[in-house]
Formats: sequence, structure tokens, C-alpha cells
Amino acid sequence: MTNSIGELEKDADCIFVIGSNTTENHPVIGMKIKKNVLQNGARLIVADPRRTDLAKIADVYLPHLPGSDVALVNGMMNVIISEGLADLDFIAQHTEGFEEMAALVAGYTPEFVAPITGVPAEDIRKAARLYAESGNSVICYAMGLTQHRTGTDNVKSVCNLAMLTGNIGRPGTGVDPLRGQNNVQGACDMGGLPNVFTAYQAVTNDAAREKFEQAWGVSLPSQNGLVLTEVINKAHHGDIKALYVVGENPMMSDPDLEHVGEALEKIDFVVVQDIFLTETAKYADVVLPSVCFAEKDGTFTNTERRVQRVRKAVSAPGEARVDWEILCEVATRMGYPMNYENSEQIFEEIRTLTPSYAGISYQRIENGGIQWPCPNEEHPGTPYLHKEGNFSRGLGAFTAIDYIAPGELPDEKYPLRLTTGRSLFHYHTGTMTRRASALNEHVPTAELEINPEQANALGIADNDLVNVSTRRGRLEMKAKVTDTIAPGVIFTTFHFTETPANLLTSSEFLDPTAKIPEYKVSAAVVEKI
Amino acid sequence: MITLTINGKEVQTPEGSTILEACQQAGIPVPTLCYDPDLRLAGSCRMCLVEIKGRPLYAASCVAPAENGIIVETESPGIVAARKVILELLSARHNFNCQVCEKNGNCKLQDYCYQYGVKESRFNYGEPTNYPINDPNPFFERDYNKCIMCTRCVRACEDITIARAISVDNRGHHAKIATAFDGNLTDSPCVFCGQCVMVCPTGALTSKVSAGLGRSYEVDKVLTTCSYCGTGCTLELNVKNDRVVGVTSNRTETGSPVNKGALCVKGRFGWDFINSPERLTTPLIKENGEFRKASWDEALDLVAKRLGEIKTEFGADSMAVFTSARVTNEENYIAQKFTRAVLGTNNVDHCARL
Repeated sequence: MTNSIGELEKDADCIFVIGSNTTENHPVIGMKIKKNVLQNGARLIVADPRRTDLAKIADVYLPHLPGSDVALVNGMMNVIISEGLADLDFIAQHTEGFEEMAALVAGYTPEFVAPITGVPAEDIRKAARLYAESGNSVICYAMGLTQHRTGTDNVKSVCNLAMLTGNIGRPGTGVDPLRGQNNVQGACDMGGLPNVFTAYQAVTNDAAREKFEQAWGVSLPSQNGLVLTEVINKAHHGDIKALYVVGENPMMSDPDLEHVGEALEKIDFVVVQDIFLTETAKYADVVLPSVCFAEKDGTFTNTERRVQRVRKAVSAPGEARVDWEILCEVATRMGYPMNYENSEQIFEEIRTLTPSYAGISYQRIENGGIQWPCPNEEHPGTPYLHKEGNFSRGLGAFTAIDYIAPGELPDEKYPLRLTTGRSLFHYHTGTMTRRASALNEHVPTAELEINPEQANALGIADNDLVNVSTRRGRLEMKAKVTDTIAPGVIFTTFHFTETPANLLTSSEFLDPTAKIPEYKVSAAVVEKI
Repeated sequence: MITLTINGKEVQTPEGSTILEACQQAGIPVPTLCYDPDLRLAGSCRMCLVEIKGRPLYAASCVAPAENGIIVETESPGIVAARKVILELLSARHNFNCQVCEKNGNCKLQDYCYQYGVKESRFNYGEPTNYPINDPNPFFERDYNKCIMCTRCVRACEDITIARAISVDNRGHHAKIATAFDGNLTDSPCVFCGQCVMVCPTGALTSKVSAGLGRSYEVDKVLTTCSYCGTGCTLELNVKNDRVVGVTSNRTETGSPVNKGALCVKGRFGWDFINSPERLTTPLIKENGEFRKASWDEALDLVAKRLGEIKTEFGADSMAVFTSARVTNEENYIAQKFTRAVLGTNNVDHCARL
């Protein structure tokens, strides 16, 4: 997030939520947005193919079709420019590339965009005016925006929108990705990515690499590595011989599970380090028992860049060991001794190599956590980025982005758009929540959400068993007939091993930059059983 | 600033403060039940009554403004007598079975009845309340036979979660907390966040997941960060005999900067996977398609040996590591260091895209 969670409750005058079912996936952030809207009078725009809880209280609800985000945002920008609502001073002082972007969106009139998005032109106008004219406007998004072949384009589009109206660099403004996992921000910050060390220092940058070579006393590879989806594809070709998985479950979370399973089987040696025998662990040659958050010390970094303590509360079960200890043991046995007394000692090493974390220490975050960047011990942390329009790259870059249709559009055989997501009562691949007694008792199975119009046409009633199929596979589940989903779209969750939704999704269409799969659009067909 | 006298002591408080706030700033304890600093004021339980010299009526200090020159008594004989009657009224339909109550030892009603010597209620009229305790949700119990109608749950639902699932039904002695049409929570807008459980001062609302596992005075509370979504809510793991038996809220600004104690259903009630019998407890090695238990030495030696062999035979880039958005920063740092420095490849990624 460029800004902070608390600002959504207090400082934002208008909140534009796109591709985020906030009250289910980030419930406490959802509460803050609701409070601002219902008690402080903030305005709310929600763009989502599902009429989420937030959509129900929105001033403008845009039920756009999955995959039509760029068209929708271009349409809003068209209105803002043509009605003179753009912040020309901000654009002139702090940005570049405006003319090219403006020239492109000139073609995206609301009337042009309406049939692509399924949203009435007048609603696009209303949303654009509300966002541009409310004072401090903020954009919140989640995987509904990013899990598309155009995920990067989608994010750049909402950045265009924020810069166009000068809604960046003040409390209550900004572009706020709501990140879906407890420490996904930290995993990225720590260089758990194939192209960067900690704090996004590129592995291809000689100076950065030399710094780490010196600190670690080894020479390091200078080529970018493979992203997760590429690893699976290469494994499928037989080019990956060893895979070491720490607390991940690709056999539930990755697209096209049949393909993933085949890939894992082709790998000579698979190690899985986890707290349960996950769907992925079943493919392992060696399984190493690790501990959960309650059994270790460390830090997590949340979606607003706040580094907070994790504290050990209980002993590990049986012989299970802390993840870093296990990795250090393997490293040492491979001839590279790695010894740390505790997690704090590791954090101290991180600080010396990670400029944005340099000022953070366990002592400083004992009470309350600090938001990076925090370059030195006197620095209080950074609640919002790009203050007064000062972007990290100098000038904020507009990008002219044309709409590209999803990779798999409905056709005669597969006439619906399947989109996937999470339930309030479960988390990601269900490894934890399916074993949390109350959560699993309350929501034990997946459902397929389908619009009454579609259901009627197919002779499907609420709770009927249906088959949902895509080009990858078929699943049987209960139908939930609901008008909270747009006609032509169906939805299910991916938490359930009995009905793994990612058997249906495709790994064919990846975003060219981020290599994110297009989870949110698969052409599908539903039949009553 | 406003200057007033409380229990004979001169106290200064910022303009706009209530008498209760002035007392709290001066370190003078005043009993409260319906008052909660994060919720709209109700002024309904009357426990916080104080005497203001020269005024005919006692004032509820949580809603009474602090005024210049007033002389306040918080524990005068008259106030103590009034509080005893109030406690009797509040507990007129309270089921005093403290010995089996989850909240025993952590119940404000129990504390105040003990403090003021109230053992039973004269206002019971021999008509025991008998609200059914049968809400079928798996998360928390609703036992309105212990409810004192402070309405903190209603206000938490309205002001923190904004779910608006519950309200006050009926009036007078028959008033009770209910969903629309007095049904089950599952048929209401309730999202089972348990903010109502967090604020309930008695045993009317208690966690079913923690039931029978430990009283508040038996547990140690360890402040940590939730392991579900990326919001970064902090919570307290309740630990008894080296076992997590529940989750409670830390409601302070420093302990809970993101959520100030508010949690969702997963954070508050989704913790017992920690104690699952399915947890992995020893290393496993696959032989002939079946896993067998192994010692750490055997498993680690095998991993190191095989990774070394594959590196030699096929090169470093034939290997990859998936690190995790679930584990700590320190562990992610070690995982990428291991991949780059030991395996010698940049093939390290995690589920940021998934």
C-alpha cells in the first residue's frame, strides 16, 4: 500500500474498491471502510462482478465483467479528462507521459466501454466524477485486479487514475493493494523473488550483487531466476531436477492442477517443509516438519509495510523445528555453514543489507511496529509514500494502455466466465482453516455461485448438485443461486481439497511482466447433474 | 483545562472531558459496565454514578461533563448504597452459576458484586429467566440468562464491525439482545468476528472453541501477529500448560496499532489447527511410494546429499526453492540466502502471484 490502513477509516473522502471483496478477504480493513462510509459519510465506488457487501453500500456499483478492468478505468479517465476534472497542476509538476495516455483514452468513451464491461455508460460517468471530485480519493484493490493476463496493465491503469487526479502523496489518497497473506509483503521485501535481493535490489545489478557477495562470502548468480509458474512449466518439460518447498501448497494454489501434479512427478527430488502433510507434500521425497506462527519468534510485514513481531507462545509439536533452523542445517551440511542463535540475529543481518529496514530493530518494534522505509534508528517510519507527489523514480509515469481481452473468452461450448476467490471463513489452500474446527464446521464445502437468470435457463435450483467444467477439468459441487453475481459469471472458492477449483483454472495465459496466471477468467460450462 | 474536586483532591482535565475521564486521568477507580472507550456512550447501566455536591440527583459519570468547580464524591455512603441496588437490579435475571462459568475470574459483574457485597437480588420476583441457549453457530455461545443488558455487544456490532446483526428486543424486564425476528445468528448479517464477545462484561457471550479449556487467570497471554490475511492484526494467544487454548484481543494503541483489538472470525476462532492431531511431528522419507518416519539427521543428510548431487550433475539452475508468504521475514531471508548462496541459483519465488 502507498498509504496506511487507518487512513481508510479516517482520512479518505472517497474509496474506490476494485477487484477486492474486502469484508471477506481483509475483514478488519472492510470494517474500517464501512465505518468511514456509513458513519463519516465517505463516498464509495465498488467495481466487481460480484455484488459484495461493500457493493451493497456503495454510492456507485460497477458490476464489470471479469477481465474488463483496463476498459473500465480508461472509461473513467476519459470522463475525467473530457469534463475538465483532471488535476493539471499535479500532472505538470509531478508526472510524465500524460499526453500519450490522454490521446489513447480519448477513444474510450463511456459508450464505447459500456459493452466491453457490461456497465452502463452513465454509471461510469458517475464513478469518474465521484472519484475526481471528492477531495481525498483512494483506490483499494486485491487479486481481482491482478490475477489476469493483463494484471500489470490493470495496476498501471489505477495508478494512471490516481495520478490523473493528483490523488497520491497525501493521507487518505493513494493506490492500496490489499495483500492476501500475512507475510506476502515481507516475503517480497526479503528477496523471496527470482530477480531481487532484499528491498528489491536487483540481482542483475553488479553493485547490489557485490554487496551480497561480500556479506555472504560467496559468488552469486547474476541471471534472473524463474518465477513460480515458470518453474512448474519447466518441471513439466523435465528441466527441473530438485524442488524445495517451504510452506507453500502449489497442488492447491497453482492454476491447472493436473499440469502441476504431472510437473511435480517429473522432478527427481522434492522436499516439502510444512506443518501438515499438504496436497503438495504427498509428492515429496522428504517431508520436514516445521512449526506454525504460535511456535516461533520473528517478524511479519503487513500490507501497509508495517513490520511487527511474531512471538513464540508454545513449544513445537513432537520434533518439529523452526523453518530457518532447518534451512541452516541443510546449508551447513552442504558445506556452507549458516549458524544463528535466534531470529533477532537474522534480523540484525537483514538490517545491514536492506536500506528500507535499516532503522528497524526488535527493540524498536516491541510496542507497535514500524512502517518501512525506515532508513535509520531515528526515523519514525513512513505511513504514506510519494509525499507531495515526489515519486521514487522522479516523475510519476503515465502509461497508455489499451484494453486486451482475457485469454479465454466464453464461446459456444464454454459460455460462462468462471472466477475464483476466497470465503470469509477460510484461508487460501485451507491447510489451516480446514483443520480449524469451528471454521470447517461452519463452511465445510465449496459452492458454485450462479445468477438466477442463468440458473433458470439451465434448470438449476438452489442447492442442486452441478458439474462445472472448463477445458482443464470438471468438478461437482452444490449450486448457490444468487443475484449477487452478474449474469454470465460464475464463482467458486479454491480452499477445498475435495473440489480444488484450480483444477479448472488455466496456466496458459500469464501476465507478460508479472507472470501471474489468469485465475479470474476461465471459460466454463455448468450442467445440472 | 477544567478544575474540579474528586474525593477531596483537586483534579485538572481537558475541556470536553466527562467526569469519568477526569477520574481515570487522576487514577481514581470508578466501576463501569456499559462504558467502553471505543464505543458510543450509553449511560445506561448506572454503575458509574457519582455524587456532585449540591445537586439533587446522582450523575452517571461516563456521560456527565466535567465542570469547573464541582465537587465530586465517587464512593460516598449514598453512592455505595445506590450501587448495591443497581447491582441487584442488573443481576435480577442473572444466572449466578459462577463456578461453571467461562468468565469466572474475568467478569465485571462478579467483581462488583464481590466488591459491594451483593449476594443475591431482591428483584428476582421468583421468576427465573430461562432463555434457551441454542444458537447453533460453532463460534460463540449466547447465554442471555447471564446478560445484564449493557448493550456493549450491540454497539460493538454497530460501531466496530458495522454488521448491525443484533439489537435490543422488547422493553423493561423482558428486554433482550436479539437478531431481527429473534432468530439464529447464521440467519442474520452476523460475520462471527466476536467483537461482541470481546466487549461482553459478563459470561453472556463466550467462545465455544475455548470452552472448558482454561479460565483467564490460568492462561498466559502472548501478543503476536495473526497468520491469516495481510492486514496484520495483532492478537493475544492464550496459553495454558504449553497449549494454545484461545485468542483474545489486545485493545491498546501500542499493542494493536492496526486493529485496536478488532478481529475477524478466522483470527478469533480459527486458531485450533495449532493443536491438530494431524500436525507433522517427525521427518518423513518416501520409500517405495510410502512415507516412513526418519530421524532429523537421516532426513537432513539425505536432503543435503541429493541437492549436492543434482547441483553437480545438472547445475544449480536445475533446482528451485518456493519460499513462503506464511513464514517470517527472517525465514524468507534465510530461504533466499540458501537458494542463492548455497544452491547457487536465483530460482526462488513464493505465492505472491497466487
